[in-house]
Amino acid sequence: MAVLSTNSVPGEPKQYSSTQVGTWLALIALIMTGLQYAGMLPALLHRLPENWIPPFAIWLDAAFNFIRTDLGLQKLTRWFAEGPLQFMLDTTANLLYGKKRWPRFEQIPWSAIAASAAVLGYYLGGWRLAALAGGTFVWTALIGQWKDAMETMSVLVVAAPMAFIIGIGLGIAAWKYVWVDRAIKPILSILQTLPFFTYLLPAVIFFKVGPTAGAVATIIYAIPPMILMTTLGLKKVSPEVVEAGKMSGSTRWQMLRHVYIPAARTEILVGVNQVIMLCLAMVVLTAFIGMPGLGAKLLAMMGSFKLGRSFEIGVTIVLLAVTLDRLSKAWVVKLPEHHEKGTPWWKRHIYLLVGLAAFVFFTVLGQFVEWFAEIGRRQSFSQGKEIDTAIKSFLAFDIVKGTTEQIRYVLNVWVLNPFRDFLLSIPTFGFILFVVAGALALGGKRSGIYAAIFFGLVALTGWWDRSVITLYSVISAVTLAMIIGLPVGVFASRSEAWSRRVLLICDTAQTFPSFIYLIPAIMLFGITATSVVMSILIFAMVPLVRYTIEGLRNVPPEMTEAADMSGATKMQKLWSVQLPLALPTMAVGFNQAIMFAFFMVIIAAFIGTQDLGQELQKTLAGTDLGKNFVLGICVSLMALTFDMAIMTWAEGKKRMLGL
Amino acid sequence: MKKLGTALATGVLALAPLSAIAADSSDPIVIPIHNWSSQIVMSNVVGQIFEEMGNSVEYVTTDSQAVYESVRLGDVTLELEVWEGAFGASFRAALEKGGIVDVGDHNAVTREDWWYPMWTKDACPGLPSWEALNDCAELFATAETGSKGRYLDGPVDWLKHGKERVEALGMDFEVINAGSAAALWAEIGAAEADKRPIVVFNWTPNFAEAVWPGEFVEFPVWVDGCDKDPAVGPNPTALYDCGNPADGYLKKAAWDGMEAKWPDAYGVLEKISFTNPQIAEMARLVDVDELEPDEAAAEWLEANEDVWKAWLN
Repeated sequence: MAVLSTNSVPGEPKQYSSTQVGTWLALIALIMTGLQYAGMLPALLHRLPENWIPPFAIWLDAAFNFIRTDLGLQKLTRWFAEGPLQFMLDTTANLLYGKKRWPRFEQIPWSAIAASAAVLGYYLGGWRLAALAGGTFVWTALIGQWKDAMETMSVLVVAAPMAFIIGIGLGIAAWKYVWVDRAIKPILSILQTLPFFTYLLPAVIFFKVGPTAGAVATIIYAIPPMILMTTLGLKKVSPEVVEAGKMSGSTRWQMLRHVYIPAARTEILVGVNQVIMLCLAMVVLTAFIGMPGLGAKLLAMMGSFKLGRSFEIGVTIVLLAVTLDRLSKAWVVKLPEHHEKGTPWWKRHIYLLVGLAAFVFFTVLGQFVEWFAEIGRRQSFSQGKEIDTAIKSFLAFDIVKGTTEQIRYVLNVWVLNPFRDFLLSIPTFGFILFVVAGALALGGKRSGIYAAIFFGLVALTGWWDRSVITLYSVISAVTLAMIIGLPVGVFASRSEAWSRRVLLICDTAQTFPSFIYLIPAIMLFGITATSVVMSILIFAMVPLVRYTIEGLRNVPPEMTEAADMSGATKMQKLWSVQLPLALPTMAVGFNQAIMFAFFMVIIAAFIGTQDLGQELQKTLAGTDLGKNFVLGICVSLMALTFDMAIMTWAEGKKRMLGL
Repeated sequence: MKKLGTALATGVLALAPLSAIAADSSDPIVIPIHNWSSQIVMSNVVGQIFEEMGNSVEYVTTDSQAVYESVRLGDVTLELEVWEGAFGASFRAALEKGGIVDVGDHNAVTREDWWYPMWTKDACPGLPSWEALNDCAELFATAETGSKGRYLDGPVDWLKHGKERVEALGMDFEVINAGSAAALWAEIGAAEADKRPIVVFNWTPNFAEAVWPGEFVEFPVWVDGCDKDPAVGPNPTALYDCGNPADGYLKKAAWDGMEAKWPDAYGVLEKISFTNPQIAEMARLVDVDELEPDEAAAEWLEANEDVWKAWLN
């Protein structure tokens, strides 16, 4: 209740504030729950009767079939998948791993790619980046994963640029035309919260199982931040720059090409960076629909309980992600170079030439010395078996076992299961009222109304119990993530060096394929709610820590100095100056933690859950498209309710603090 | 240089006219690959046989349940391991919708049932009888199940009816569903460390037999109708009061356009039939010897020429 009373939205009409209405709703909900416990609540209010539930799944199936066959959409998408998209994928596959299909190029030797990457790294960020970029590719080859990694890359080098082009195009359109912006926003929100399993089947049906479906699913997943960042960047272009462009008589196209886009460069490149990271995040999940390479290999390794080799694949994916991330970030920071007039051509393009020379050298070398072209499985340095043994013996230590047994017992028996049963015991109607009350208090009237509609819809789908169980996992994991993550963030924010270290760990945790956590989680905590919560927890902690550090480090120095001058102790400064000022940023992190948790809870179905994720997994056989979609929308609606309320609150707070 | 040479050689080979080439389409035959070793190696073995015949082959990784929709649409040409227990339902649903054909059985039996690793027997010597298992139920208890034993069943979508059986036979067990095969292995792996008794869902042929020796629990023998007629089986009022059939089928399936498009390959597919030991050997090459699937397939083909050469004629 504390949250409810601290917040009063200024400027609201005086009669009844959102908080007051919220308190009333919460009170009604409380009474209903009480009545339910006393056994006096009519069953009708506890759970919606079966026959009230409209057959959404059947309607959706019909709509889907209509679009697919009657409107001929499938023909169009199939043409695209089998024509241009297949051609592009075949070309890159030819170059990167010598797939035998037209146009039948020879494979590029690994050493040539590694050398060129190192030169690019040097150009963008000096020796450190050169070592990172070159080292990543050398590692991949030496560990015996070159072919898998290139299979993955062959799809990503098509998917990422396409996501970029479509994203920037839609971003410009949304900035130019208000109606596009209005139409796109809700679609983007749904896309960002829809569980992955929901667009897996449509991708297969419309774009053919294989790299094509993998590429399309990746593109769809990676586009939203590109659109948002483009629009954001273009909106921020200062009027002086625009004025200058107009005065020099630019046409509309010239304005866009030479004025707006260069001025919005930073935001657009941040978008590029996000596209790359999201593409890599999809590597494993898209393996379910035919994406070749590392993800598929990882799933096969996990299927035969090879922890060591799965772990190595995870490391490769992280290295690739960190390399591409750092390279693209260095590119953001690096401003265009301007050479003096008269500099010879080779001097202006020295890095390009060196890179080309290295490339040609190793390509030729690879023709003569097999090792520089390809490293087979038997020559590799994979330590899979040794890592297996190490992991297993670590887990077998008495102290590890003893501790985890304790945690498992306490969490499962005393915390998680009772909490779940409690949430399930609240009448549906009361539950919705609670959520609406919370949304009202946090985000005001609009958020409250949406919360009512969204949760009402969830109740109408008939998947209420499973939705509540999903929500319970999310809430438990995010709560634990806060208990652990916030202190870590506060601690790390105190020094530059620690911030960097912890942020690197965050990057790693975020791109390390989540499937790999599942196995140790199960080995430690069994197939129980604890494992589920633990695996979500790792993922949900990342944004919490990241935004806490960001928020605290960006507190204006005048403020902290003022606190120092007035003689505040460290603790006082933290509690009364830094934290309140960082709170809006931290709220964004909290919101992302919830979004990440909703993403991960569905994947946790692979451990064994009784939530929406489990039902979604069941629909994979491909016969229940409608049901699949209904389940996905349930997840999406719940996530959106939180998203709206928290983001509205954070924005309001920011405005009040003048940040 | 060497690679250019092989590329040339395959080119020449592909041009060398066998009578077979005239008939089969030059489009690639698409073979799906899932996430367990025997299926991956078997797919590579069959793929290499097709390539030997002059066909071109492509592999695509897919989910093992979602694959039936892709076969129906013709995106994937065939499926080599249709397990009666795990995929029977999806397969039958796809058959009803049309677009997929049954290309016959392998000469192998599959069995899926309650299973325990050997060390469990030390704690509960009466095994493998299910009554003995029930008497030791408390050995299998966990923090969450209280005094009842825990039985770890396969993912719900495999429809194994563990709960129904526990009720029908009045057992002191609680059924927990794992979310994936990997989750089952993780639990067995964790139990292995301190030789904790454990009973889980498992199947054969499977790599796990090589890693963890174990046995199936012997339930009342399967009788036809046990899943449809309550009168069948020891409990006259309940369904699922028997063990699973100890000889489930392992089928091959194909897209219904395959026969017209690649008649020769289809002819071979009809003849292809692997036995339990052969399947186990394929899995072993990858799981124990740590070969890559394509190398394992090549090795298997070399060692078993008499087996597969016979299918070609």
